[in-house]
Amino acid sequence: MSRIGIFTCWCGENIARTVDVEKVAKAVAQIPGVRCSVHYKYMCSDPGQSMIREKIASERLDALVVASCSPHMHLKTFRKAASLAGINPYLVEMANVREHCSWVHHDQEKATGKAIELIRMSVEKVRRNHSLQPIKVPVTKRALVIGGGVAGIQAALDIADAGHEVVLVEREPSIGGKMAGLSETFPTLDCSQCILTPRMVEVGQHPLIRLYSYSEVQSVEGYVGNFKITIRQKARYVDVDKCTGCGECWNVCPLKKNLSEFDFGMGYRRAIYVPFPQAVPARPVIDKNACTKLKKNGCGLCEKKCLAKAINYKDQDKIVEVSVGAVVVATGYQLYQITQDQANSRLSGYGEYGYGRYKDVIDSLQFERLVSASGPTGGVVKRPSDGAIPKTVVFISCVGSRDNAKGLSYCSKICCMYTAKHTMLYKHKVHEGQAHVFYMDIRSGGKNYDEFVRRAIEQDGARYYRGRVSKITEENGKLIVRGADTLAGVSLTVQADMVVLAAAMRPAKGAEELAQKLGIGYDEFGFFSESHPKLRPVETNAAGVFICGACHAPKDIPEAVAQASAAAGKVQVMFGHAEMTREPEIAMINEQTCAACFSCVHTCPYHAIEKAEIRTPKGALVKRTARVNPGLCMGCGTCVSVCPSKSADLEGFSEEQIYSMVESLV
Amino acid sequence: MSVPQTFEPKIVAFVCNWCTYLGADLAGTNRLEYPANVRIIRLPCTGRIDFNLIIKAFELNADAVLVSGCHPGDCHYTTGNYHARRRWMLFRELLSTLGFDLNRIHFTWISAAEGKKWQQVITEITEKTREMGPYPYLAIPDASVSTVDHGESTA
Repeated sequence: MSRIGIFTCWCGENIARTVDVEKVAKAVAQIPGVRCSVHYKYMCSDPGQSMIREKIASERLDALVVASCSPHMHLKTFRKAASLAGINPYLVEMANVREHCSWVHHDQEKATGKAIELIRMSVEKVRRNHSLQPIKVPVTKRALVIGGGVAGIQAALDIADAGHEVVLVEREPSIGGKMAGLSETFPTLDCSQCILTPRMVEVGQHPLIRLYSYSEVQSVEGYVGNFKITIRQKARYVDVDKCTGCGECWNVCPLKKNLSEFDFGMGYRRAIYVPFPQAVPARPVIDKNACTKLKKNGCGLCEKKCLAKAINYKDQDKIVEVSVGAVVVATGYQLYQITQDQANSRLSGYGEYGYGRYKDVIDSLQFERLVSASGPTGGVVKRPSDGAIPKTVVFISCVGSRDNAKGLSYCSKICCMYTAKHTMLYKHKVHEGQAHVFYMDIRSGGKNYDEFVRRAIEQDGARYYRGRVSKITEENGKLIVRGADTLAGVSLTVQADMVVLAAAMRPAKGAEELAQKLGIGYDEFGFFSESHPKLRPVETNAAGVFICGACHAPKDIPEAVAQASAAAGKVQVMFGHAEMTREPEIAMINEQTCAACFSCVHTCPYHAIEKAEIRTPKGALVKRTARVNPGLCMGCGTCVSVCPSKSADLEGFSEEQIYSMVESLV
Repeated sequence: MSVPQTFEPKIVAFVCNWCTYLGADLAGTNRLEYPANVRIIRLPCTGRIDFNLIIKAFELNADAVLVSGCHPGDCHYTTGNYHARRRWMLFRELLSTLGFDLNRIHFTWISAAEGKKWQQVITEITEKTREMGPYPYLAIPDASVSTVDHGESTA
């Protein structure tokens, strides 16, 4: 660049008060390669910008330095102005003589001297800038939604309703997630299935949604706009297309005593089963670990009964490949496993609450099934040990949550609310019963939430004690709960018939593996990380991958749904264009000098550098090299500083540029 | 060593674009005055900082160098600042072995909200460097020139 124009701004008085702009303009005009140097009251104003455009034309400038405010303020403005006058926008640099100079220094002589040096640095930089073109990435307008709980359902429906194809992958035999198993929902006490199942049916029937139930994402390749997803459809042993869902098969299956996953072990299912009556798809699966036909070639009753000839004992896992442009992750949560024998020793469980040892100590999702009209007891609250109706129930909150000693420091957010709901549902079913709640704090922020908790206490008579339970023992069929009421300053003992533990929410099983496949971040607990906690709450650090629902953090249904719609909105923004535009200031690798040590591959936070091979037209290997994927690179430059052979560099912040900036300071 | 009365230290600051650069912007917006001795070089991330740049800066008469980026966990690029920190831990050993004065190299985290911290850090570094006097970089023992004595290095 040999015809550089320098435009020094007064910013009214903001710069001109402490920096002698006239002197600056004169001094920097002497820098070799500078064609013109002018100053003006407001460079960002319309007349200022048209002056820049006129100078570009009259002086045939080929690069610009604007000495004004922070590039975070106006770099885009001046790049646009340059581009309108026919100069590549990436040949514009700024010198920050306002925030970093005139506003922070009062001595006019020093500030003026510093301004000249700042401009000289920018001139040395812009001299070595390259013309860059924004990177265009084609977009496949089809989205993958992982997880068919309420968040995944909402995201899939929103994207499909906007007219784009959706591939929905659900690990379980049916969509619906945890919400399908809830009894009633706070703070309105409307029946969970009544509001969710119509949405599930909508997903099942939507012409633009392709549902892969009982399937998992096996691998993810590609990058934003162009992902290649491999889905493993697990062997169902039932042909979903032939099956009519009549139910003959599961009615004849003699294996009745398999614990139901949907009922969290509170009820039973057959070896061939649909998890619950409103399942979508309403097609059964065979549990290969239970079925006698699959285990030892016995029985075979279901096949004989099936008129549609849909049973296929020889079924195998199928691999399906789909191309998508965006991914929405909605894998949800699981409850903290309270028993002590856990694979992850960091989470050591609660032996003192007797979960797993005493049958009548259950967790909150199990209680949901107990009070659900569609549950194993038909909505009658019966305790698991002997089927008696419990007259006294103790609810313990913060089991796992907010407990550093158990490895989980966070608040699970919804337990205060569902515990209040549980006490109400219990009281509505067992009128003479008494609910006791041991809590740490009651956190009921949300629309109508605190009123709801007050109702549980004031109308439905739940007794709340602020304090922890120290030990639960069993005596004569009663659970002796010893705890403290710290507000009254007493220790107390409750003889309970049943204990319900509000266990912490944790990310769904396999969340970390999935995050690694997708290249998205996750925190120490395995919850997926958003790109920015305030301003980019559903984006991740992998471009084109969005998160919603409880896989991101504990949250309730309205929040999960809102976030799902937000993620769907982001997908639609992406799909609004045939091509995506990405910043071209990214890393590049000199493949001739690359020594193929792949240090950059290991350090790249975005997995944007891959190992590649250079071959002759005949296919003989010439050399191995690292190669940047422009669709993934975010331009952080970490690869540049780790490259031992100096083969990596970063457009816009190249080694040459930075060194010459340092040199210009002498 | 005699220090001229007019000695104004030259301080080069390598900062990341997303935290410290914005922190310095905030210092400006809040009109927090600090010495005019610092020259900021904006980089996308501290992970981009090749520590040879620091040697280069000293070679070209810088009296102190500052490297500053996002606080751990806040990196715009997730992990760039961790790479910078790791490299710095190794590099400072190396510099120390080579005879560099580690008191002249500063490494800190300044977020976009910490305009006040930027002001303090720059003021402190400037004062400290002013006290120490110009950096006699050329006095580093050189095997090929045996006559150099760093006790008499130029100021």
